[in-house]
Amino acid sequence: MSALLEVSGVSVTFDGFRAINNLSFSIGAAELRAIIGPNGAGKTTFMDIVTGKTRPDKGRVLWGERSQSLLSFNEAQIARMGVGRKFQRPTVFEDQSVSDNLMMALKARRGPFSVLWWRPAQEHRDKVAALAAEVGLSEQLARKAGELSHGQKQWLEIGMLLAQEPRLLLVDEPAAGMTLAEREHTTKLLVELAKTRAVVVVEHDMEFVRRLNCKVTVLHEGSVLAEGSLDHVTKNPDVIEVYLGR
Amino acid sequence: MSRTFLAKNPSVLWFLLILSAFTLGVTLLSDAFGLDIVSTSFVKTLGKTLCLCLVALAMDLIWGYAGILSLGHMAFFAIGGYMIGMWLMYARTAEIVAGAMASEALPATAEELRNAIASQIFGVVGGSDLPLIWSFAHSFWVQLLLVVLVPGLLALIFGWLAFRSRVTGVYLSILTQAMTLALALYLFQNDSGLRGNNGLSGLQNIPGLADVSQADLSIWFFWASALALGLGYVLVAWVASGKFGSVIRAIRDDEQRVRFLGYSVEGYKLFVFTLTAIIAAIAGALYYPQAGIINPAELAPIASIYLAVWVAIGGRGRLYGAVIGAAFVSLLSSWFTGGRAPSVNLGFYTINWVDWWLILLGLAFVMVTLFAPKGMGGLFDLLTKIASPDRKGAPLGPDDGALMEKEAQK
Repeated sequence: MSALLEVSGVSVTFDGFRAINNLSFSIGAAELRAIIGPNGAGKTTFMDIVTGKTRPDKGRVLWGERSQSLLSFNEAQIARMGVGRKFQRPTVFEDQSVSDNLMMALKARRGPFSVLWWRPAQEHRDKVAALAAEVGLSEQLARKAGELSHGQKQWLEIGMLLAQEPRLLLVDEPAAGMTLAEREHTTKLLVELAKTRAVVVVEHDMEFVRRLNCKVTVLHEGSVLAEGSLDHVTKNPDVIEVYLGR
Repeated sequence: MSRTFLAKNPSVLWFLLILSAFTLGVTLLSDAFGLDIVSTSFVKTLGKTLCLCLVALAMDLIWGYAGILSLGHMAFFAIGGYMIGMWLMYARTAEIVAGAMASEALPATAEELRNAIASQIFGVVGGSDLPLIWSFAHSFWVQLLLVVLVPGLLALIFGWLAFRSRVTGVYLSILTQAMTLALALYLFQNDSGLRGNNGLSGLQNIPGLADVSQADLSIWFFWASALALGLGYVLVAWVASGKFGSVIRAIRDDEQRVRFLGYSVEGYKLFVFTLTAIIAAIAGALYYPQAGIINPAELAPIASIYLAVWVAIGGRGRLYGAVIGAAFVSLLSSWFTGGRAPSVNLGFYTINWVDWWLILLGLAFVMVTLFAPKGMGGLFDLLTKIASPDRKGAPLGPDDGALMEKEAQK
């Protein structure tokens, strides 16, 4: 299985602080992967590098069948190539309705001129309705996103991510602030999604990671400490020291 | 498509109705149509006000919708005025010079005519040659094209440089203000080719229309301004509705998130910046023939700050708010500064409104910002009884231009 995303030998330094240190990581086209690690391990910086927000000092980030380097593209171009990102804190456009939020995220041409002439057709409305049903927001379509509860905003953001139809999903702590039932729904959704695309979940919560039942990458001080099944990595003495030793 | 557009934007229909009724009313009461109730000079003031409303619409699109506080749009407005003013002045001078030369024994050659026009226009700054930028001044159509092209290109280049470097928020405002100031200082020079601080004058005399009275001319320009405002309103409302409107409002509130959705934020900003610069220039091209004179003081940064104040007082983020703000504040301003407002005698001090108007305006601006962020447009929410949902959290996004919660409640 060829890798969809291959990160190799990446390092990045902020004001002398080495946030990512010779990190290598790769994920297949249809794979679920969890990334765990203590605070400051470089999980968010890793996502920033893949999505084009941060430029690494050295290393390679290769994407897709043709192994294109992502380093020469900006955030918007990378997003258009098929990398979707969900933030830890739900970020939706609060001044706009739920359906406007979803409409905006819907996969379509992104240039100013094509967007200016774009008008929603029935198929787009159907798609938005289906997405809203998927994330349980059918009743809220006309409401402003700012009026939603924290959990509903999380769901809206997941819905927007699905609307983009990305090939790789980077999900930062999806279960934060969710109820138990919602967590189960999220788990199911992520496992389902990973059948057709690559999904990377960054998570603190071990219980949630266990439920995902997938390969786990442990980050520590900007590089990979261990990789394998959850049971395998939790037996690793280095991991035990990092998580429990201090 | 147009039916759903009007159904989604009921304010467009209302606006066009009120604008038509207003135009008809002023026309019937004007000197040109017999009833001399509205004087010619007041018709001109009203026509100019409509042009200011148009540039306020442009400002609302870029500031209220896209969140870019540009302090340079009155520069584009003035450049539009300069471009049309060049033709007006050249063609008018050509008429006069040709008339004077007609009495001479030998008919003047084209060369002589050109030199005579040049010394007539530039004698005041000690020049007698026509500068290169006046090459097309004889052609109405080319100058009309330049009204759109020069500010459009300037906005495109300036915007490309500024947005590409991801300059945002207050830094962008300062940058646009610096552009305005630089342009004004350049035009103040006598060798800038646009008559330095004298500016262009006599613009109220339209070449070829010497027989038409100012009363008729004023009402024609009034109609043209009303038409431009109506079309501008529909255009801006159309741009701001639909997905494009969604994207620019999203950029205003959280541009980083928009990037991760795959939209090129810089492209959108550049598009809106250039479009609004062109709208401002067209408004300026209609304004200055009614004002009669344009000089570099019109480009002073303060003019663009006024523009922002009108839009803020009218209500940022809704189009009719910008129009109401521009009309109300600019008319009130001309009333106060025109010496027509009665002074208030406090016994120990007499408040002379010509001096105190600016302080009043500044106070009103601060008050509106603090206590009524929705501006005058917010009064319509009271009328239509739109319930304001109570939400938590003040700004609706992390960006500097993000709409505040209170502005967005509708």
